[in-house]
Amino acid sequence: MMNETALNFKKLWIPGLLVIALAILATLTLYGTIYSIILITDILMYIILTVSWAIFSGPTRYISLAPAVFFGVGIYVSAILGQNLPFPVVILTGGLASFVIALLAGSLTLRLKGVYFTIFTFGLLELIKQVLVWAEITITGTRGRFVIVVDNHTIYYWMLGIFVVLMITAYLIRRSRYGKALEAIGDNEEAAAHIGINTTFLKVITFSIGAFFTGAAGAAIATRWTYIDPYIAFNYFYSFLPVLMAIFGGVGHIMGPVIGAAIFAYLEETLITEFPYYYMLMFGIILLIAILYMPKGLVGLAQNLWQRLPGRQNANT
Amino acid sequence: MIVTILDVLIAGLILGGIYALIAMGLSLQYGVARVLNIGHGEFIMLGAMSTWTMYTFLGINPLIAVVICGPIAFALGYVIHRIVFKKMLQSSASLEAFEGSSMLAAFGILFIIQNIALIIWGGELRSYSYLSISVNIGGALFGANRLVTLAFSIVIGGAFYIFLARTRIGKAIRAAAQDPATAGIMGVNINMVLALCFGLGAAMAGIAGTLISMFYPSFATMGLEYAIIAIIVVVLGGMGSIPGSFIGGFILGIIGSIVAFIEPGLSIAAYYVIFIILLLVRPSGIMGKK
Repeated sequence: MMNETALNFKKLWIPGLLVIALAILATLTLYGTIYSIILITDILMYIILTVSWAIFSGPTRYISLAPAVFFGVGIYVSAILGQNLPFPVVILTGGLASFVIALLAGSLTLRLKGVYFTIFTFGLLELIKQVLVWAEITITGTRGRFVIVVDNHTIYYWMLGIFVVLMITAYLIRRSRYGKALEAIGDNEEAAAHIGINTTFLKVITFSIGAFFTGAAGAAIATRWTYIDPYIAFNYFYSFLPVLMAIFGGVGHIMGPVIGAAIFAYLEETLITEFPYYYMLMFGIILLIAILYMPKGLVGLAQNLWQRLPGRQNANT
Repeated sequence: MIVTILDVLIAGLILGGIYALIAMGLSLQYGVARVLNIGHGEFIMLGAMSTWTMYTFLGINPLIAVVICGPIAFALGYVIHRIVFKKMLQSSASLEAFEGSSMLAAFGILFIIQNIALIIWGGELRSYSYLSISVNIGGALFGANRLVTLAFSIVIGGAFYIFLARTRIGKAIRAAAQDPATAGIMGVNINMVLALCFGLGAAMAGIAGTLISMFYPSFATMGLEYAIIAIIVVVLGGMGSIPGSFIGGFILGIIGSIVAFIEPGLSIAAYYVIFIILLLVRPSGIMGKK
């Protein structure tokens, strides 16, 4: 039986907190320093990458190492179209280009079993990078490109916008029949297919929805980097970070990936310039510890502790 | 023309020997221990960097370094399996769940080893010159160190095959690869065999690293590319098939050598194209079952 006062508490406080948090974020440009705006833009970007990854890989348990592909596609769209088209169109095109590539790659490979799919997504990243390097050198004669600069406040608001739309999408997916079907695929794909779930279609479309947001975030952030080349845009690190952040935070709860991404993004911003090797070393160690000892992530750990509080034993019977 | 063909072919065999060696190691780790070890390349890097260090500072002959790096890499692999993967295997709900989480853990190991190496050796390219005299084969010239490498790969590959086919431990390894649970009932110490396979895989990578360092520059971040090539070869040869990995290594080496001759910028891309086509058309590989 669920405690009724707890339910009311939840109903009122969670949306209330969300509104307050959103209001603070929306007005940040009025009183925040340039540094804080850049920092929060980066944190939002990592949250977008992580939540987009978790939309698909969380419930279905197919580990995708493709985020860097979609992120890179967004970055390149921004570099190529940025000079001629308005910023919103560039962001939308970046998202759509990633969506289409995910649709193609997904319908080819999402029939593969788990580990094969993971290796494929990783191979795809390297393939695109190598072909792009070759094409840039032989066709355009250069290796990198310049990206048109957009001011920090505009990037910030677009990142915030993508984040809000993504969170609403993720929430609606989790709550719907569609989200339940995805979880069924993760639990037992064969059984899911037998009860009439069109597993391949669902996997491909969810994979592509995640890709859309990742691509849009790539197109938005590229404008702050000013110069890009295939190694910067298609860096495999952007495939691993979302996976680590999501596992660290916990994929079982909608806030897990958000919390994991926020913590890691902040750590990265503060550590990577001064101690890059130590940061990456710590990254590896935390990844191992999270997999070995925290299968449900920080959120799972917190829920466990909450359950063990005195007087809570009988609450959820 | 004939010289060119010979040139490309032998270069392919030399490259293939290295690929075969690293892929056999990965094949053991994945085929038996079920860990798709993306950190495999880090043992190659450790072998190469240690050999460079020993040669430059202590004057130790790289061919002797093979005997040093192999056992050390073995011990490292054995311990890593005991600490990380044994626990993970016991707590995983299914073999598929274990494959997924062990692969992620292998990424963690990759980051840990790579960054320790960066802290120790920095990011520079390290190379030395050993046995770099040219040998003339039918008009085509090859460094003696490369030919020694090819000989080593074939000898190690052959010795390993005999080890698996003829010895008692080899039999236990093959039994564990086919059905770990039944092998355990029959008295095979499964945890020991799995750790042994992981260690042997690491040892092969370490030895390959020593050999590679004789003719390619070594650097702390060199591992991942080799790990990916090893994965491609293992998929090509059939997951878990040791002879498949051996043959697959040579096939990929020759293909790589041909592509590099036609368009040098695209040889890695060609590997991925082969890999992606293989995954889609025949994921069980050329020598795989089913």
